[in-house]
Order: sequence, then C-alpha cells, then structure tokens
Amino acid sequence: MNWSFLTDLLRISLHAMVPITLTAVGEIVGETAGLFNIGLEGIILVSALAGALGAEMGGPIVGLLAGMLAGALISLTFSVINTYWKGDQMITGIGINLFAAGFVAFGLIKLGSPGFYAVARTAQIAKLRTPIGALSPLIFVALVVPFIVYWFLKRTRAGLILKAAGENPEAADVAGINVNLVRLLATTFGGVLAGLGGAYMSIAWFGSVTKDISAGRGFIALATVVFSGLNPLLALLGGFIFGFFQSLATWIKTLPSKPIPWQFVEMLPYIVTLLVVAGAIGRVRFPKELGKPYKRE
Amino acid sequence: MSQELTGSVPRKEKFVHRTLTGLNPAIESLLAAAVGLIIGAILMLVWGYNPWKAYVALFQGAYGDSYGWASSAASGVPLILTALTFSICVRAGMFNIGAEGQVYIGAAAAVTVGYFVLPGGLNLIVGLIFAMIGGALWSLGPAILKLTRGVNEVISTIMFNWIARFLTFYLVAFVLVDPVRGEKTISIPVSARFPVLVRGTDLSWSIFAAVAFAIVIYFVLWHTVIGYEVRAAGLNPSAARYGGIKSKRTMLLAFILGGLGAGLAGATIVMGNPPTYAIISGLPQLMNTGFDGMAVAMVGRNHPIGIIFASLFFGGLTAGGRTMQFTAGVPLEMVRVVEGVIVLTMAIPELIRVFRVMRSSWSTLMNVLKRRRSA
Repeated sequence: MNWSFLTDLLRISLHAMVPITLTAVGEIVGETAGLFNIGLEGIILVSALAGALGAEMGGPIVGLLAGMLAGALISLTFSVINTYWKGDQMITGIGINLFAAGFVAFGLIKLGSPGFYAVARTAQIAKLRTPIGALSPLIFVALVVPFIVYWFLKRTRAGLILKAAGENPEAADVAGINVNLVRLLATTFGGVLAGLGGAYMSIAWFGSVTKDISAGRGFIALATVVFSGLNPLLALLGGFIFGFFQSLATWIKTLPSKPIPWQFVEMLPYIVTLLVVAGAIGRVRFPKELGKPYKRE
Repeated sequence: MSQELTGSVPRKEKFVHRTLTGLNPAIESLLAAAVGLIIGAILMLVWGYNPWKAYVALFQGAYGDSYGWASSAASGVPLILTALTFSICVRAGMFNIGAEGQVYIGAAAAVTVGYFVLPGGLNLIVGLIFAMIGGALWSLGPAILKLTRGVNEVISTIMFNWIARFLTFYLVAFVLVDPVRGEKTISIPVSARFPVLVRGTDLSWSIFAAVAFAIVIYFVLWHTVIGYEVRAAGLNPSAARYGGIKSKRTMLLAFILGGLGAGLAGATIVMGNPPTYAIISGLPQLMNTGFDGMAVAMVGRNHPIGIIFASLFFGGLTAGGRTMQFTAGVPLEMVRVVEGVIVLTMAIPELIRVFRVMRSSWSTLMNVLKRRRSA
C-alpha cells in the first residue's frame, strides 16, 4: 500500500484551511463586538479578484494588500450602515453578496475571460518546500493569526472593550467607550482578514479567479464561528476540519475507480458543515447584543 | 401608528395620514432603486461605458413596447414566488436564503412528469404538485435543524443550496437525462406546459399561478389565525410566546409555505418558458432565481402585493438587461450589481431620514460657504 496519499491529504487540508480560518477568526472579532456579517462570502469573492489584479500590477505582496483593502472597504460600508445608520445586518449582508456576485462576474467579462481568469505565474505567491511537499507561506500566517487574536481578545484591555461593546453596549457607552466606533473597527478588521483569505485563494492557492471561487466559504466560516463559540483557537481547528473534508473530496474525485459520482463528493464539505454546526449548538454562548444596532436611549 | 388615530380624528385627516404612511414604504423602495441605478451608472462610467445609453436601452427593452412588458413580466414570474419564500419567513422572524436550492429541486421534480402519461390537463397539475412538494421537502431540512438544534437558518439554507445544486447536477446528468441530447433533461410533455399567453414572448399562463399563490399567501398571512400567529411571532417572539403562540409551529409553517412557493417557481421556469421546457445542464435558467427573489422581496416590502409590482421592476431589469447587453455592450451582470446596491440601500431603516440629514447638512455647508464669501 502506498501511504503517500496521507501527506497529500494533509497538504491539501492545510491549503483549504487558510481562507476558512482567516475569515472565521476575523468574524470572531466582529461578532465579539456585536456585528454579524453574512456578507463575508461577497468579501471573499471581491477580494479574490482584487488580489489577482493587484498581484498582476505590483507583485504578490501588492495582491495581498489589494485583497485586504477590498475587504476593508466592503466591511467599512457594512459597518457604517449597521452602526451609525442602524441598518439591518442580515439585509446588508445579503446586499453585499448580491453586489459581489454581480461585480465579480462583470469584472471577469471586462477582463475578457468570463468564467475563468488565470493569474500570471509570476504574480502568484511562491510555495515553500517542506517535507510534506510545497506549502504556501500563508498557511503559517493562518496558523499564527488565531493565537494572536486569542491573546488580543483574552489578555488585552482592547479585547475587553470589544467584548463590552458586544455584551452590554449601554454599560460600555456609560464607561466612555465609543460603541459604534469599536464595532466599526472590529468589523473592518474582520473584513481585512476575509480579504486576505480571498486574495490567498486567487494568487496563492488556485492561481485563478472564477465567478464562484468563494463557493460558500464565507458561510462555512460563519458556521466555523458557531462551532468555535468565538474562540479563535477552535476556529483554527474548525478550519482544519473543513479543509480535511475538502481535501478528502478532492482525493476521492481523483481515484481512478470513481467509487462515488463527483456530484456527491462535492456535497461532502457542506454536509459536514451542517453536521458540525448542529452538534456545536447548545454548548455555545454568543454576545447578548449580537446582531442588534446600538441605539442610545 | 394608525391605532393612535381613532375617535375624534376627522375622517379626512385619517385618510390622509393612512395614505402617507402607506406611501412611505413605496417611496423608500423607489429611492433605493434610484440609488442602485445611480451607483450602477457611476460604476459603468468607471469601467468605460456610457450609462445613459445603457439605461435608455435597458428601459426601452423592458417597458418600451408590449413585447418588452411581456418579457419583463415573464422574467418576473418566478421572482414573485421566490420573493414570497423569503418574505413569509421574514414575516415569521427568520432569514430563509434557501429559495435558490428549493427552486432547483422543484424544477427537477417538475421534470419527472415527463415519465407519466396522464389524461389532459392533469399532467400540468401533477407537475405543479410535484414541484411544490419537492421545494417544501427541501425546506424541511433547515427547518428541522433550526427547530431541534437551533442551527441558524442563514447558514443551513446556504449549505442546503449547495447540496441541492450538486444533487440537481447529478439528476440532470444521470437520472432525468434526455437519451438523445445529453446536455439537457427530458422535456416536459406538451400537455404539462403552461400555454403561452402573449404569442412570440416568454409570457405564459404561469403568471396566473404565481399571482394566485401570492393571493393565497396574502390571505393566509392576513386573514387566518395561523397567519396572524406567524406575523405575531415574527414581530415580537417573546410577546407571542406569552400570548400562547407556539413559535415552533409558526416557524415550521413559514418554512413549508416558502418551500411550496420556491418549488412552484422551479415549475414555472421549466413548464412555462419556451422553447426548451427542460433543465439544461449547468442549470443556467434556474441559477440566481432564489437570490434575485430576495431583492424583489425587500423592494416589495415583504408584502405579496408589493412583491408583484417589484417583480415587474426586477423582471424588467433582467429582460431589459439583455437589450442593454445587445445594444450598449454592457454585460448583463451589471444588473446584479445594481440589485445588490438596491438591497444595501433597503437595509438602512431610516433611509428617508438619512437623505433628509444629508440634505440639511448640505444646506448648512452651503450657508457656511455663503457666509464666508460675504464676509
């Protein structure tokens, strides 16, 4: 028996983990402060395109920055509507997703390649050689970021302020905290991480942009947040679990015997997400004011 | 608001008040549509298109002649139904994004009537029933997860959409496949098709099915006890529970009614749209029906009557978008960008207030500038 498929599985799992983990960790920061952003899917989509265009203009680093900037701008719109303008977070998120789907499809047509846009090799982020094969350096970023955010949320004063804005905005307001500003910054940070995840997909992982490159990952990240109970370290684990099932699907598809039709294999990550979320609920507690705009009495 | 106006208030004032409060939502929707079109125009300018030419083409294509009106209405038919799916659940206090997947399943279920030989119009009715049951069954998954495990319906319905997409891919490729032409399913038999209403267009009798469903939903939500309970649970869950309303029952009902609507939407697409009367591989006719429906629902203010008007607008965007693509060269996808901006704008509750604030701050700014100039 050839066991090399195990290292293949691990390698693909790690790659598939990155966008989920980054997006989920960013959303944990946002949800801790009280905003629930279902527009993450759209953010990943737009930043994948922005990342690809940025990378082709100024190299991989510019690409990553472009993705993060796109993520920041969209979440800034989201959070202005939902803090200062007291908007409905669900509807705003739906709007962002619709906009992103149209915008990216439109952009791909404008670039002259509807459906599939290949990113130039030189613009892609080079992979590192490791004992288990070539790994993208962003995998290590995704492994470190959850620990930093964990430390930030649990051990710093700023993390406490964030929690206050989500749990008890009135008390935070009385204590002199600018609740809306805190929420705006937290959500924008979340957008930056989702944008990094999106740019990673186009310039470090796939090397291409398609009009449904995000493939539900924004929502899978939301599910991961539920699973994690707002703990960034569990989001890392959740991201890896999802990545594993995606790599399993990829691996089954390449089997020469074709034991299962590919359409059923493709369903696997979504089914697992449902099962994981269904199993996680109950033991998880979310901020009291999550999803509600803060209005001063 | 209207409850406050009782007793001594003269009837005329009451009427004026009611008209104004009734009109407000419509004005907000029009404002949102305008914002969407303006931001769309700005994006077109940025990308190097002529927005004026594009919009002239779009609106002429959509409402310029009877052919345009018929095409707009035809594109709007499934959107009425998927918008209702979303609205019923919003009325019940939930965000059901699952119409997309339920449309796929409904369409696939409708296609199965091709295997039956039934007398006369029975085929059509059986097809509709299959589609509605298919849509409702698919909506049960997220409903059960929500009621038993508390799974957020936004996440679960999106997962079910993806699963439905791949399931329908499979059904189209292997189960319902046309033995002669592998790129599509078997066709709906002639006896099960909606007759074309306006010759030479896509508009068929399916529009009456959609409008009838909207009226039924209106009746159920506003004129039955269970409908009242659904709306009460959506407005204030804890008060409704205190009043003895079982929220689980209302949630389940909202999901099922929504699923019936989305399934019917799938049926209207495969049974009412010439010339294919089949699902084409890759599901191009079905894709985005559910998502576009959410925009229709919001602009229609989650009300069946509002939704019928909003579907004419969004159907017009789709139908006119084709003309825009053809004559002004602007890709059809621009329409979805405009849609997204409209929904974003609709999310702002005090939209009119925001505009008023902007206008007053603008005039303050102008006054300051004037004063400075005169000083």
